[in-house]
Amino acid sequence: MIREYRTIEEVAGPLMLVKQVDGVKYDELGEIELPTGEVRRCRVLEVNGRDVLVQLFESSAGLNIAESKVRFSGHGVELPVSQNMLGRVFNGMGEPIDGGAKLIPEKKLDINGTPINPAARYYPSEFIQTGVSTIDGLNTLVRGQKLPIFSGSGLPHANLAAQIARQAKVRGTDSKFAVVFAAIGITFEEADFFISDFKKTGAIDRTVLFINLASDAAIERISTPRMALTAAEYLAFECDMHVLVILTDITNYAEALREVSAARKEVPGRRGYPGYLYTDLATMYERAGRKMGSEGSITMIPILTMPEDDKTHPIPDLTGYITEGQIILSREMYRKGYMPPVDVLPSLSRLKDKGIGEGKTREDHAGTMNQLFSSYARGREAKELMVVLGEAALTPVDRLYAKFADAFEAEYINQGFYENRSIEETLDLGWRLLSILPKSEMKRIKPEIIEKYWVKKGE
Amino acid sequence: MEEVTGKILKVSGPLVVAEGMRNANMFDVVRVGEKRLIGEIIEMHGDRASIQVYEETAGIGRGDVVVSTGEPLSVELGPGLITNIYDGIQRPLEKIREKVGSNLTRGIDEAALDRDKVWHFEAEANTGDIVEPGDILGYVWETEVIKHKVMVAPKKGGTLVSLASGDYKVTDIIGKIKLESGRIENVTLMQKWPVRVSRPYKEKLPPLEPMITGQRSIDALFPIAKGGTACVPGPFGSGKTVVQHQLAKWSDVDIVVYIGCGERGNEMTDVLREFPELTDPRTGKSLMERTVLIANTSDMPVAAREASIYTGITIAEYYRDMGYAVAVIADSTSRWAEALREMSGRLEEMPGEEGYPAYLTSRLAGFYERAGKVICLGSDGREGALSAIGAVSPQGGDISEPVTQATLRIVKVFWGLDSSLAYRRHFPAINWLNSYSLYRDRLSDWCAENIANDWMTLTGKCLKTLQLESDLDEIVKLVGVDALSADDRMTLEVARSIREDFLQQYAFDDIDGYTPLDKQYALLRLIFSYEDKARKAISEGADVQTIADLPVREAIGRAKAIPYENYKAEFEKIEAELASEIEKAVSEAQREL
Repeated sequence: MIREYRTIEEVAGPLMLVKQVDGVKYDELGEIELPTGEVRRCRVLEVNGRDVLVQLFESSAGLNIAESKVRFSGHGVELPVSQNMLGRVFNGMGEPIDGGAKLIPEKKLDINGTPINPAARYYPSEFIQTGVSTIDGLNTLVRGQKLPIFSGSGLPHANLAAQIARQAKVRGTDSKFAVVFAAIGITFEEADFFISDFKKTGAIDRTVLFINLASDAAIERISTPRMALTAAEYLAFECDMHVLVILTDITNYAEALREVSAARKEVPGRRGYPGYLYTDLATMYERAGRKMGSEGSITMIPILTMPEDDKTHPIPDLTGYITEGQIILSREMYRKGYMPPVDVLPSLSRLKDKGIGEGKTREDHAGTMNQLFSSYARGREAKELMVVLGEAALTPVDRLYAKFADAFEAEYINQGFYENRSIEETLDLGWRLLSILPKSEMKRIKPEIIEKYWVKKGE
Repeated sequence: MEEVTGKILKVSGPLVVAEGMRNANMFDVVRVGEKRLIGEIIEMHGDRASIQVYEETAGIGRGDVVVSTGEPLSVELGPGLITNIYDGIQRPLEKIREKVGSNLTRGIDEAALDRDKVWHFEAEANTGDIVEPGDILGYVWETEVIKHKVMVAPKKGGTLVSLASGDYKVTDIIGKIKLESGRIENVTLMQKWPVRVSRPYKEKLPPLEPMITGQRSIDALFPIAKGGTACVPGPFGSGKTVVQHQLAKWSDVDIVVYIGCGERGNEMTDVLREFPELTDPRTGKSLMERTVLIANTSDMPVAAREASIYTGITIAEYYRDMGYAVAVIADSTSRWAEALREMSGRLEEMPGEEGYPAYLTSRLAGFYERAGKVICLGSDGREGALSAIGAVSPQGGDISEPVTQATLRIVKVFWGLDSSLAYRRHFPAINWLNSYSLYRDRLSDWCAENIANDWMTLTGKCLKTLQLESDLDEIVKLVGVDALSADDRMTLEVARSIREDFLQQYAFDDIDGYTPLDKQYALLRLIFSYEDKARKAISEGADVQTIADLPVREAIGRAKAIPYENYKAEFEKIEAELASEIEKAVSEAQREL
């Protein structure tokens, strides 16, 4: 029997204290019935004797301590799932908001999921062609990877994410593909950009959307990404689909988490974020991957805006420690008009080495990738020196490096949001740019590969 | 033992408070709730015990039962550890996967060592022998390369009443020992040991022998000793994990215990899938046959992360006791410290720096002090060594944070990874200007005897040249390279050669990934032979730019990629080429004059 309690003692911010409660479990889902009959949801954060501390998922406005009733459901927060979720739009708590029919669930899943046994994971190694040179050529994405985009306010991360969602494919396969998109506290306009892009390309039929807008309750954001990931897990591991999950914006999520932590008066870590921010983010990010007993995969692209473009801010910093690399956007490239404005040098894909090479992309991939990176880095240094001392101060080779860096930015990085380059086109472009430099500088590439692919001047 | 049963009062994340626990001991393992989750008592207040639970506590509530097992958190030690992958409290993950599928559910009870597997035990001691703790009774071939020595457990010495070779399971009785007290103790292949207590040894020795890693920047510039301690701090993306993996792969130790503490699941999978296919250069067998994995990934419960470090080092100590050289590699100790911080916060302790508990330093020191070179227990006086290497993940790459600073006060080797090197794809991104090794002096005798007399001179010269380069770079940034003297220009060229042709090492290349010491030495010789000849040529009038642009330098650059089998002959060719090109440059310069 479900008991109702009228013993709410305190409401402060997103927290509520209920007294004289029996039989309530940690992390249980509760419902608060307001005197108006409205029902709001909450979750148990702490059981202390007969006192129960709960966290509200919605705002506390209109909540009346004397008249409101609390019921506990006996289970955690769950999401009803079904294959029919594809093409539908849900709010941050997993309720349909597109005016369509109510979902008939095949099952209900706990939104916290369970950790994947590391002994049951497959190492991600299938190359995903995104059609973006700076990703495919230099920071290769593979199936089952979590590769965030570190952006800043005003940078076009949405365009890049949409481009990846539009163009991404695994070559030579014809498997079921789906996109799960979670809008976490972003503006209507940004959410609308994604939705209309999905509509334009027809991808909307293969997409599940979870929308928590900036105007929705901040506290709801804590569950939005978990709702999305639960749906993604269902599609990937039970329906054998290859799911691309886009979470935007993680910064808003972390701020909601900080709000709850501050309300609980916990000892804060850096910049007021709770000490468990790393663990909390990890329990989301680590849900990406491939595992035994299932054909499907979850590839994750979380997007976060770095406050003040600061990579050492706790949110990008902790994210970088969990995810398998990062694509960093650069304000400098953006100002130069180079799109997508990827900051190549600090960007990284940790899983690239197993996803490239003969049989996956091409035999020259690893060597040219390292050569492009180090040549571009040296070119940038040469250019910096040139600013201080003038071109004459450079050695002839360094002058070539500076020229290379300019060409690399203008052609390799700058491709626009609607050009879809195949991996061969990307690799060939790399060789063409490298031919600006003397052949003897190609120290990162094996001699036999150079012989085979070296582009002679004028060709 | 009397069973202590209590009832839960409070649940807050991984912390549970139970009452009715007066008779339980500190650090006893308890089982919590219907699901029998595993926890450990970490505080007692009268009747109330604070328990850290090693599994997710959702669904636990007031009034649930807590039962004490009366034993501290322990690991099972015996044949079957190697090649296995365990979670933070030594539950076998492969077994669990077979049992419950690919996700981890809660309250799983699975013995660490396979109870059904039969091992062949070959007795070496005889009935009637007086045996002391640590004495070897016999052995089991645990893998093709590891001879697992079955030892008399600490404090269990006496007279051997019986012992017989044969096929046994780990829990079968293989013999009996009559203790001094007169009690007869059964001997099995398996022992148990509490993880928070270090295993005893006879005597600690100073470490005098290097742990050879095949990584040039480590072996040559910042070596670690067998039995030494090291830390690898670095911001994300600077290659900490790759360095750790390389050490686990190529270190010349007998056993590697790799602890994935709060890190990525895929990294553990990588080790698990890749190691069986790699060949150990020393034994010719698979690398997995000497590896134990402890995996507590970042999505697994946070309290077990705290325990995983101790589980790993206890297993390592057990193999050290057999007389082996063991390396413990922990990635990352920062996650372990964060787990401490989280529990400390929930216990409402007064926080120290950045919210970390005040006992952070002493706990870290306690962990690293368990490393060392020792004379093991046992009458044969065998020596074992345990090296501990911990990654540190400083927030924002700022090494002034408490975990890095506390670690630096303890460890002897510091491999500081640098993101600016990583951006330039200089890997391993070990910054030569701020890294250090306090073992260089201690190891110099060994190196002079086993590598070459001038090994320390050459490697010292590397460090000096790199330091000079950084000084000269300041000048170049101000006034340009033309303002430098010919000698200084040469220093820059040699430094570049050291960086690019020696220190840079591509971990994923079959040949470059591992360089034996003699080849490292030959490479250094090659670089300094260029320097000597070049400086001489310049003093005889040759042009610096010509000398810097000699075609042979490309060959020197590629020398590291020459397969080990024929490197000597190839290096001689390069030397000859070098000599003739220098000679040509000098004679041309003199002709022009």
